[in-house]
This record gives sequence, structure tokens and C-alpha cells, in this order.
Amino acid sequence: MKIQLSATAFDPWQEIVRYQSGQPRLEGKFGATTVFVGTLRDFNQGEAVRAMTLEHYAPMTEKHLERIAHEASSRWPIEDVLVVHRYGELSPNDPIVLVAVWSAHRDDAFQACRYVIDELKTRAPFWKQETVGAGKRWVTPEG
Amino acid sequence: MIHVSARVEYMSISVRFFASIRLKLGKSHDTIDCKGIATVADVWERSAKIPPPAHLLVAVNQEYASLGQSVHDGDEVAFFPPVTGGQE
Repeated sequence: MKIQLSATAFDPWQEIVRYQSGQPRLEGKFGATTVFVGTLRDFNQGEAVRAMTLEHYAPMTEKHLERIAHEASSRWPIEDVLVVHRYGELSPNDPIVLVAVWSAHRDDAFQACRYVIDELKTRAPFWKQETVGAGKRWVTPEG
Repeated sequence: MIHVSARVEYMSISVRFFASIRLKLGKSHDTIDCKGIATVADVWERSAKIPPPAHLLVAVNQEYASLGQSVHDGDEVAFFPPVTGGQE
């Protein structure tokens, strides 16, 4: 299991390859890998988004991301979890978050991946501020 | 006659503010003397000096907490708005 916070842009697909190749214990053990990648759009709520600042609360962020990943591991029979989350200054098209789950079977991998990204959204202390038009606005949770 | 005065040493509480709360208060950190401080709400009142906004989230030592939770010497208390990580 790996939880990583990145101050600079990352390539989620390279992160997956790099992590998996460094885990020889996974070889032959997984039949399914599910991946969620969240990417910064250039539009939100009808306005053009030029940039985004992602603030977070270290070390609370790491602590809660690790706990969520452990919860997923205890709820479903999965082999491994990788979470990478950006912070700092982002541009449209930058990946924001990567969740990858390795499991023997696809259903467990899908459910665990969904659990991690859904829990992360409500529990990990991140705050987004978008640059739109001439100003900045805080993003508020939907619903 | 020897007069012995008891002197109580108080440690401090570290306070942190994030995102819109940080901007509203104009500070990201504070340190307060914990004398007279019993709960998270006391910490807010002493440091922020304004009524707590709706939807305020709090954490004590990086664990989610409530305004009524008790605080102790050396605790780190954080105040922030609802979180917005990940992606829709």
C-alpha cells in the first residue's frame, strides 16, 4: 500500500507501472486492476477555470488517506492500493488524484476503488480554490 | 514562617486555520495559553473572536472532533470548511 502527496504534476499511468513493477509479491496474485483518475477540467459550474490551488492539512491528510486505504483492504479481499493526490498549483488537464486497486477478482477491485475515492472526498482535508475570470472562488461540496 | 506559593504551569494549545477560514481570520496559526480553555469551542472563541461559521469542521490532533470536545495541554486544534478533495 502506498499513499503519496505530490506538489508537482504526476503521470498516473507511469505511477501505476512504477509501483506495480516494484511489488514482485503481486506477481500472479491479481487478476484485476481498477483505476480511477480525477483530472482538472477547464470548466466548472458554467465558468471557465484557468487554474486551481489545492490546499491540504499535512499530516492529517496522509493519516486519513492511509486509514481509508486500510478500511478498503479489510472490507474487500484486495492485494494492494495506490493513492496519489496532488496539492499546490494546478492547471487544467493536470491529474488531481489517482486510486489504483489490485485484486484477484474484478468486483472486489471495483468496489474497493469506488470506496477509496468516495471516502476520500468527504474525509481527506483538501480544499480547492478555482481561478475563474478575474477572481478566485472556493469550491464547495456538492449536495 | 515560610510561605510556599503554588505556581501552576500551563502549556499551550496550537491552533490552525485552513482555506476560507484562514483567509477570513487572516491567520493560519495561533498559539493560545490553555488556562481557562476546556473545549474546542473555547479555543475558537479565544483565537477567532467571531461566532463560528455554519458548516465549520474541527479536528483535534488530526482527528475529526466537535466543538464540545475537551482539549488538553499540547493539543493541536484545527478549524476548516467542508473538504473538497478528489474529483466528481
